[in-house]
Amino acid sequence: MIAQAVANPVRLDAVALRADFPMLRRTINGCPLVYLDNAATSQKPQVVIDRMQRFYTEEYSTVRRSIHLLSAEATRAYEETRRTAARLLNAPETRQIIFTKGTTEGINLVAHGYGRKFVREGDEIIISATEHHANLVPWQMLCEEKGARLRVIPVDDRGELILEAYEKLLNDRTKLVAVGHVSNALGTIHPVEEIIRLAHAQGIPVLVDGAQAAPHMPVDVQALDCDFYVFSGHKACGPTGVGVLYGKTEWLERMNPFLGGGDMIESVTFEKTTYAPLPHKFEAGTPPIAEVIGLGTALDYLCRVGLEAIAAYEQTLLEQATARLLAIPGVRILGTARRKAAIVSFVVDGIHPHDIGTLLDQEGIAIRAGHHCAQPVMTRYGVPATARASFAFYNLPSEVEALGAALEKAIAIFGG
Amino acid sequence: MSNKSLYGEQIIYLSKHPKNFRPIEGADYKCEGANPLCGDRVTVYVKMKDDDTLDDVAFQGSGCAICMASASMMTTSVKGKKKVEAEQLFEEFHRLVKGELNPAQETHHLGKLTMFENVSHYPVRVKCASLPWHALRNALEKKAVASTE
Ligand SMILES: Cc1ncc(COP(=O)(O)O)c(C=O)c1O
Repeated sequence: MIAQAVANPVRLDAVALRADFPMLRRTINGCPLVYLDNAATSQKPQVVIDRMQRFYTEEYSTVRRSIHLLSAEATRAYEETRRTAARLLNAPETRQIIFTKGTTEGINLVAHGYGRKFVREGDEIIISATEHHANLVPWQMLCEEKGARLRVIPVDDRGELILEAYEKLLNDRTKLVAVGHVSNALGTIHPVEEIIRLAHAQGIPVLVDGAQAAPHMPVDVQALDCDFYVFSGHKACGPTGVGVLYGKTEWLERMNPFLGGGDMIESVTFEKTTYAPLPHKFEAGTPPIAEVIGLGTALDYLCRVGLEAIAAYEQTLLEQATARLLAIPGVRILGTARRKAAIVSFVVDGIHPHDIGTLLDQEGIAIRAGHHCAQPVMTRYGVPATARASFAFYNLPSEVEALGAALEKAIAIFGG
Repeated sequence: MSNKSLYGEQIIYLSKHPKNFRPIEGADYKCEGANPLCGDRVTVYVKMKDDDTLDDVAFQGSGCAICMASASMMTTSVKGKKKVEAEQLFEEFHRLVKGELNPAQETHHLGKLTMFENVSHYPVRVKCASLPWHALRNALEKKAVASTE
């Protein structure tokens, strides 16, 4: 059960909610774990772990294929997650929710199903300069295959996309715009509403990579009017190996299937196969059933904590962390956009991000150090790597302070 | 800090003031080593003598403290050694940082390189310490690039 019912939509009790997360009781090198690598993956509440365990111990069966009661029950639980995900994203219909392995597979599904079908030689696809490799490489591969061209929305020094440049990129050869909702490397919340509006004015569909947004803020795909929205379960308190793709029905119906196999067909002869209706057309093979069911529990959990409350609370952590780190001489934050999620990417004069990562780890503080699968962003800012602290609703102000203190200690070890 | 600390004073000092941090004009061998995961990048230069001795060894590049200090120590350790001796040293060093060689119990030729012993407690950092050595070995094998991947 959730530790505390959250009545007020903009307040949450992080101390109470922490009790739901067994991993947060761990110690690292004798120190309590301070987990600030939430952009990589989030910790799991006990309810998710319990739900998956219960499925395996009391309910386990396949979905959709068999006639027996267990399979009917498993199918019902599996499909319940589709309803929960539709509610989370405010999707009009549950059949618009496709289960994938995660964000990466969701984007590849669209690159394949939409891209292979509708993109031709000389066409263009627009992405942004801050994309995760997952929203870059599939489009690059598609462009290479089709002889199409990848165009890139530039980013300014603060980490904000330059919309005037974007407007100039849009033209009648543009076949798709694919942008992140929130940059995992810089934390910028991109103006996706505006990006979508401008694309739609020219009849161009837009995919939004919501990996860093869906777990941290309310998302309404109808208000955004995006054509595709993808996110990963494991960054949203859910299990690994499962994610969600939302798509507009008209596109999903016109697209090619991704994988061929069982469960995605209506009828098969050696001459011809007709595909199953949505969403099953895109879910070939036996899916990760326990993971989908666990994801449902995770998304329910997030909804009960409240995504508005989560967003508001994480903003307070972001403000505190920004101020605390900037107060340390030699620390520079990359990504100073006006609208940011609780991701702080930083570098320290004279200390490589990997050394910062190891020194913080010795204090029990888990951050990420590296290029964050966004090498073009590192190139843009002229650094090989950054250190990145990324927050979740179960992080505390005292953990932000621990980060600041450990960073000061690291700087002292390196002789200031 | 604990006695398993990665960052001894010497390592920190060498990372900031690496020795032989320069190119070698007319090097006989040159190889760039890169760790694509973290962006560490070093180029190792070697000038040989006729008798298979490493006459001069130097490096350039950027990386974490472990990588920089290791590159610096490597250049000073292999300079003046025969090629086979340098290769043996790499083999011992590699086992040291992987925790497979206990310098207190085994005979070895590591000398001051034992300052990297604690790297073995940090498996994700082994590549940082060994990258310059991979580059050196590939240089001696006349390859242009080395990767820890
Ligand atoms: C913005 C963004 N897109 C895509 C991904 C890829 O997600 P996954 O590895 O779960 O497929 C990530 C995760 O690292 C991300 O942060």
